[in-house]
Amino acid sequence: MITAKKVSKHYSKKIALDQINLNIPKGSIYGLLGPNGAGKTSFIRIMNQITAPDTGAVYFGDSPLQPSDIARIGYLPEERGLYKKMKVGEQVLYLAKLKGLTASQAKERARMWFERLDMVSFWDKKVEDLSKGMAQKVQFVTTVLHEPELLIFDEPFTGFDPINTNLIKKEIKRLNSEGATVVFSTHRMESVEEICDHIGLINNGKVMVEGALLDIRKHYKNGTYSIVTSEPFDYQGDALVYNDVSHTGFSYVLKLDEYPTQLVVDLAAKGILVGFEEILPTVSDIFIDIVENGPKA
Amino acid sequence: MNNPILLIIQREFLTRVRKKTFLLVTLIAPVLFAALMIVPGLLASMPEDHKSIVVLDQPSLLIPEEGTEQYALDYLNPGEFDLELAKDFLRNSEKDALLYIPSGEGWDPDFIRKNILLYGKEDISIELQRFVENLLEDRINKQKLLRQGVDPEVVEQAKTFVSIKSFTLGEDDASEETSATPLKMGLGYIAGMLIYFFIFFYSVQVMRGVIEEKTSRIVEVIISSVRPYQLMLGKILGIGLVGVVQFLIWIILCTTIYGVVSTFIFPDLLAQSAGAPGMGAPDMGDVAGLQIFDMIRSINFPLVLGGFAFYFFGGYFLYSALFAALGSAIDQEADSQQFMLPVTAPMIIAIVTAMNVIQEPNGPLAFWMSMFPLTSPISMMIRLPFGIPIWQVLLSGAILIATFFAVVGLAGKIYRVGILMYGKKVTWKELYKWLKY
Repeated sequence: MITAKKVSKHYSKKIALDQINLNIPKGSIYGLLGPNGAGKTSFIRIMNQITAPDTGAVYFGDSPLQPSDIARIGYLPEERGLYKKMKVGEQVLYLAKLKGLTASQAKERARMWFERLDMVSFWDKKVEDLSKGMAQKVQFVTTVLHEPELLIFDEPFTGFDPINTNLIKKEIKRLNSEGATVVFSTHRMESVEEICDHIGLINNGKVMVEGALLDIRKHYKNGTYSIVTSEPFDYQGDALVYNDVSHTGFSYVLKLDEYPTQLVVDLAAKGILVGFEEILPTVSDIFIDIVENGPKA
Repeated sequence: MNNPILLIIQREFLTRVRKKTFLLVTLIAPVLFAALMIVPGLLASMPEDHKSIVVLDQPSLLIPEEGTEQYALDYLNPGEFDLELAKDFLRNSEKDALLYIPSGEGWDPDFIRKNILLYGKEDISIELQRFVENLLEDRINKQKLLRQGVDPEVVEQAKTFVSIKSFTLGEDDASEETSATPLKMGLGYIAGMLIYFFIFFYSVQVMRGVIEEKTSRIVEVIISSVRPYQLMLGKILGIGLVGVVQFLIWIILCTTIYGVVSTFIFPDLLAQSAGAPGMGAPDMGDVAGLQIFDMIRSINFPLVLGGFAFYFFGGYFLYSALFAALGSAIDQEADSQQFMLPVTAPMIIAIVTAMNVIQEPNGPLAFWMSMFPLTSPISMMIRLPFGIPIWQVLLSGAILIATFFAVVGLAGKIYRVGILMYGKKVTWKELYKWLKY
């Protein structure tokens, strides 16, 4: 859907993006992850054509990004808001028309969304009279109303209450299943791990690692295994990272160089094996690993 | 595809026009303006304030002057009263004021002049004080002349008043115009002030609008749909349109109010003070009216009106682009002060020097002020009624247009960066850096 080739951007002397290559596959839910100041927002603004890259090119589908593409993108910026003195309905229609919808199209779709998210009563209210949660819903609707092929959310869940977070996550998944490509950008990596299928890790304007989330986690696995047994067993060796007794049984976390086939077979033969699982690293584990040790070949 | 600039203009226009304050300002301003024109007339025609003044005239300077209908003078006997007794008399009487003229030693006019006292039961009005002063000055002058052996009557007869009829020399005798300097001064000054007011009022609204979009954090949502320069231009045009509509309503309302008032309420008063066009028609045979008619005819109205429209919009566009850039650079209106002054200074200078420009509309100050684009909308407007060489008008206009395009380009650059900057105290140096982003 989006391909960035050697994209660089600098502000005065500060380098925001340094020759980055990214590929956001069509139909994916893509997590653009990295600490604050890594260059995420700079890249998002380039995708939205708010700024232009100094060098390099960004492709939307197969052709370079062009002005008319903005109607195909829905963008929820990190710094977001609405005209406080304007009525909700009017405002939603105005923003939709700016994205190129006709008045009747905009009205029809707005009605549909307002019913779906149970916010019909907001229509004639001014934004300043809405609660924060209500305003967040309105903001979400303005982002998706023009049925964009690409949805970009910058720090989407900061400031959203838990109920809205769930509601919005559900709606985003639905839009994704209907064909929209979704980009989440956040520094809180754990918050999107469960819904992303692809990620790109950015630090200091460079892409550290990019690809399908599961592949990356497998690539960065470090031989950590969890074993739960009904009886304690005597394990001798340096590999034991952690053990504990819980209501499910006796749990052990081992760090091994190779797959513990023999151990599992032995425990199963004794009849005390309750659970066995290989623990894949979380995205933040991987991020810390890469920052400390560099990317793994 | 909708035209985004039109959508933005529409929103900017409608949200402002629908506000209650717009209606209020639009309706109240002409009433205030009309009041400003009518109230002085009303006041002048109000019955005069009568005062009776008691005078303790020790040197017999004024006696037997009785004063006027408004200020009646009565005299105390200098033999019976001194200053303290006279003050007591004032306290216990119906009189309003006490004038004390001491004789001093040997009837010295300069001593008398310096020691005259005026007491009032209330504050002495300026008008009363001036009346007394004029009266005394006249008497003391005469006394001085008499002492020098000059007959005041002779001096009176020697006073001369000169009144000149001035013309602007034309190609031939027929095109010779009656000089209409006072009318031109008034016209130029009022037009210049109107432009100043318009530019200031509406450019600041542009700045406020930009700040509002920044503080409400909607600006990034918008510019993911439209280009920043489209948002800026749409805002400037939309607010300009609000101004035009407001001005049109004011012109219509003022004309109507003026018409109603002059026909029904004060027909005589206004006809006298303004020389209404109907009264000045030549077939009335009224000499004063004819003169006014000639004066009006001597002004190139198409040029003045065209110039007004041009400088009105040219100045507004130039300044509003500057103000938009300013607004984009700051987070709150309170932070705008340090940047406001340098931007508004040229306009203020243009207004401050307005009188110099009027007095010498073809002098070097007037010329340069009307060429410099940040002052030309006001200064050139003031000069226009006086008849300016056409090349100067064209040059000034061309400079204004060229500057406008340059400024919009630069302001657009600052604006583009500024609207995405939050929580940063911006300096001039910073703004300069943004130009190169």
